[in-house]
Amino acid sequence: MSDKGIRPAWLSRLASWDAAVIVITVLVLVIASGTVENFGTSRNFTFLLLDLLPIALVALPMTFVIVTGEIDLSVASTLGLTSAVMGDLWDKGMTIESIMPLCVVLGAVLGALNGFFVTVLKLPSLAVTIGTLALYRGLAFVVLGDNAVADFPRDYTTWVTGTIGGGPIPNLLIPLMILAVIFGVVLHATPIGRAVFAAGASDQAARFAGIRVGRLKFWLYVVSGAVAGLAGVLWTLRYSSARADNGFGLELAVVAAVLLGGVSIFGGKGTLPGVLAGVVLLGTLQNALRLQDVSNEALNIVTGVLLIISVLLPNIVTRTRARFRRRATV
Amino acid sequence: MFGTVFKARESGIVLALVVLIVFTATQNSRFLSGQSIRDILLGTAILAVLAVGQAVVMITRNIDLSVGSVLGLSAFTVGSLLRDNQGLPVIVALLAGLGVGAVCGLLNGVLVRFGQVPALVVTLGTLYAYRGVIYFWAGGQQINADKLPGSFLSFGHDSIAGVPWLVLIAVIVLVVAGIVLRNYRAGRELYAMGSSPQAAELAGIKVGRNTIAAFLVSGGLAGLAGVLFAARFGTIDAAAGNGYELNVVAAAVVGGVAVFGGSGTVWGAGLGALLLTVIGSALAVLDINQFWQQAIVGALILLAIGADRLVAVRVQRALKKRDSHV
Repeated sequence: MSDKGIRPAWLSRLASWDAAVIVITVLVLVIASGTVENFGTSRNFTFLLLDLLPIALVALPMTFVIVTGEIDLSVASTLGLTSAVMGDLWDKGMTIESIMPLCVVLGAVLGALNGFFVTVLKLPSLAVTIGTLALYRGLAFVVLGDNAVADFPRDYTTWVTGTIGGGPIPNLLIPLMILAVIFGVVLHATPIGRAVFAAGASDQAARFAGIRVGRLKFWLYVVSGAVAGLAGVLWTLRYSSARADNGFGLELAVVAAVLLGGVSIFGGKGTLPGVLAGVVLLGTLQNALRLQDVSNEALNIVTGVLLIISVLLPNIVTRTRARFRRRATV
Repeated sequence: MFGTVFKARESGIVLALVVLIVFTATQNSRFLSGQSIRDILLGTAILAVLAVGQAVVMITRNIDLSVGSVLGLSAFTVGSLLRDNQGLPVIVALLAGLGVGAVCGLLNGVLVRFGQVPALVVTLGTLYAYRGVIYFWAGGQQINADKLPGSFLSFGHDSIAGVPWLVLIAVIVLVVAGIVLRNYRAGRELYAMGSSPQAAELAGIKVGRNTIAAFLVSGGLAGLAGVLFAARFGTIDAAAGNGYELNVVAAAVVGGVAVFGGSGTVWGAGLGALLLTVIGSALAVLDINQFWQQAIVGALILLAIGADRLVAVRVQRALKKRDSHV
């Protein structure tokens, strides 16, 4: 088990996995525009991108979290709680300009609570975020109950659903791209990014190398919460509806997209461009199936199966390769 | 040392239960009426059966998030089976539910074992996949109580010697699982796997086979719970059991089953199920917003794992101190 023998293997596997996801995405796009009615229209393209946005947005920090070997299952509930609070504050007469930053701060606080439990109390992130998944969603219902708040200012809701110059590109895509570039540069070209990979590859080794792993993970959870809060604001504005059950189950799509994009659930491996390709592939599949009148709930079969395949396949590939190599050396 | 830790947890829950019951009963005597107690017991029965399965899986350092969906799939299968075959005896319904659940659990176990995929990912995937299958199959249709045979519905409400059938089944499940885990080799192997998978492997325990078996048990029990759910409520749609997994994980964790594996008992999980059900019932009686229920479930999970952590740290410190004296 020398390190030299393993390294190139996973590097090439990763590269080929990224490439495969991109190729499959292009294939799905081509096949869907050829066979699915209305798929290729510019109107549908806009909807496709708008549906992708919350998944892509939340997937950015989730990539960091999963690369460090942790997970955050509470993001969809954070989204729901910020949406509910946004509706409640708007109902109470606060201005939208002060509500929106407040909601992002709220998301950051919720993320900080996750981070506190994971890094200070050293509890497994899986159990912590299952707990906060229930807690935050429950609090969302406590805040808003079954009600919906809908009368948000037109200026904002039309901008969020609007497109650049009336074309097919949504207004929101530009800020998302900027964010994606920032996250990508930080992950792949800065010491912070190196620390994230190091912490995921070996927590102990990273510690010995002088990385403050606990502090790093804590801030990743804060960012994850803040971005989920921002997603809650955008979700609310996009559907002009603040509801406690907004974004229910979104964590599945986000985790599925991240893993589909080649990030290892065991930490230490993954690329941000791969994740974005995963998001596009997942969104395209869902969109094409939805146009074929497959219900949202039945669509979850596809997402669930994709999630499993995206972890299963790399494992099988690695093991088969290892077996062949063993045979070759014997 | 471990004995005291373990007892502290169980007596803690019992204490919480007593305080909660006494407080609620003084606020509203309706809480201790026969009907209310019956409702609590029936609710606990279903949750406890699920929690026993979850405890078995969690002891091996895995998790099964798909139980709510398996419950729904089993309930809908059994419901439509009985609707189309009115003469079927209850035992066939129970076996059918058990079978559906076992198949789902087997799939989870095989994916975890042979795919080397973490249980979290597999069961998060199948949580949505199984639920999707129900929606695909059921669509918007609902099976109503008047379409189900009378014998099945009375099974959900009737008692034998004063004990409701549902409660009797839950107690049997608890006792059998409790004895197997405590006294039999198969049970002890599960604890060994959870404490240290590598050590268990080296000790000759068939870790892979046992992992599959644990998921099979959890799936089968979730399927059984689906039949109990159908019998109790009579109305089944595609959303049956949606979100139950959170309550089930909470019941097990609150009952002292460690998320790190290797410790906990099904008795604790059963007590956890009782506590959660009593809280839900107390909220209704005390006229508190029902929406608090889910938030409390989440807070209890955090509280339980936090408390476990503190106890573990303390035990470790105590052991270190003792070693330094020697």
